[in-house]
Amino acid sequence: MTAFAFEVLVTLKDGLADPQGKAVESALPALGWSNVAHVRVGKHIRLEIDAPDQVAARTQVEEIAERLLSIPVIEDAQVMEVARS
Amino acid sequence: MIGPRIGVVTFPGSLDDRDALRAVGQMGGEGVPLWHADADLRGVDAVILPGGFSYGDYLRCGAIARFASVMDQVVAFADHGGPVVGICNGFQVLCEAGLLPGALIRNRSLRFVCRNVWLRIETSQTCLTSALTPGETVQIPIKHGEGQWVATREQLDLVEGDGRVVFRYVSPAGIVDDAHNPNGATNNIAGIRNAAGNVVGLMPHPEHAVDPDVGPEGGQPLFASLLHTAGVTV
Repeated sequence: MTAFAFEVLVTLKDGLADPQGKAVESALPALGWSNVAHVRVGKHIRLEIDAPDQVAARTQVEEIAERLLSIPVIEDAQVMEVARS
Repeated sequence: MIGPRIGVVTFPGSLDDRDALRAVGQMGGEGVPLWHADADLRGVDAVILPGGFSYGDYLRCGAIARFASVMDQVVAFADHGGPVVGICNGFQVLCEAGLLPGALIRNRSLRFVCRNVWLRIETSQTCLTSALTPGETVQIPIKHGEGQWVATREQLDLVEGDGRVVFRYVSPAGIVDDAHNPNGATNNIAGIRNAAGNVVGLMPHPEHAVDPDVGPEGGQPLFASLLHTAGVTV
């Protein structure tokens, strides 16, 4: 078994209103940044996993991302392999 | 005669389990406390998933509670037609568990909202509204930060087209409008049911609205419906 590290990025689907992104966006002009638009807020999850190989590790992380880390009705989950710390 | 036995599940972080048990008792039923780690439902006639912040609402509201061992029993109970009601956090758990469609996201205002609202009954074909007539209104409190119900286009078409909307936020006169939508929920939807009507989820708190000493009494006909349904289903 080898250890692999992954990052999972969970974001609200395109087209869904993102109240947190909107709050951030509307705070920016007050700080003088009036040229920023389409702010979206998401979640970042980092994890390490023991698996026989890289493909098996990714498959399992994708399942974790879909079953627990995100709710597919409203969120997209992007899985990225990263260097172990 | 002993009233129907209504189980109320306590997850770590549940807040309204005691109120739900008390409301059941006040309405003539027997409240049965259930624990999230329980492996059985103690033979209850109906199950309530109460409000609160199960597991701290970490990750997403209701996301962790869905995997509690008692939930396997709740899902099986619902699949066999047993009445299951999810209130607030319990509604979020039912959506996460796939027993009801859609999801609950942050209120449009980004603020926690705590006030009495008016609800219009959209169907009496549920375990929670059988004693009511469509078009009737009841006053019940809400208290939530993430109560904006959203769904995919397909889910919304099914929910609206198949009469699965149970409650809508309305004006005191029973009119659906944006001014009386407290959280931005799609089509002012406050509660929905499954295809069979034995599973209902809603954001408002009927368990806080049965005792005339402490607020509105709009929760009474809902609990009366649930107790009646639970009594018949036995």
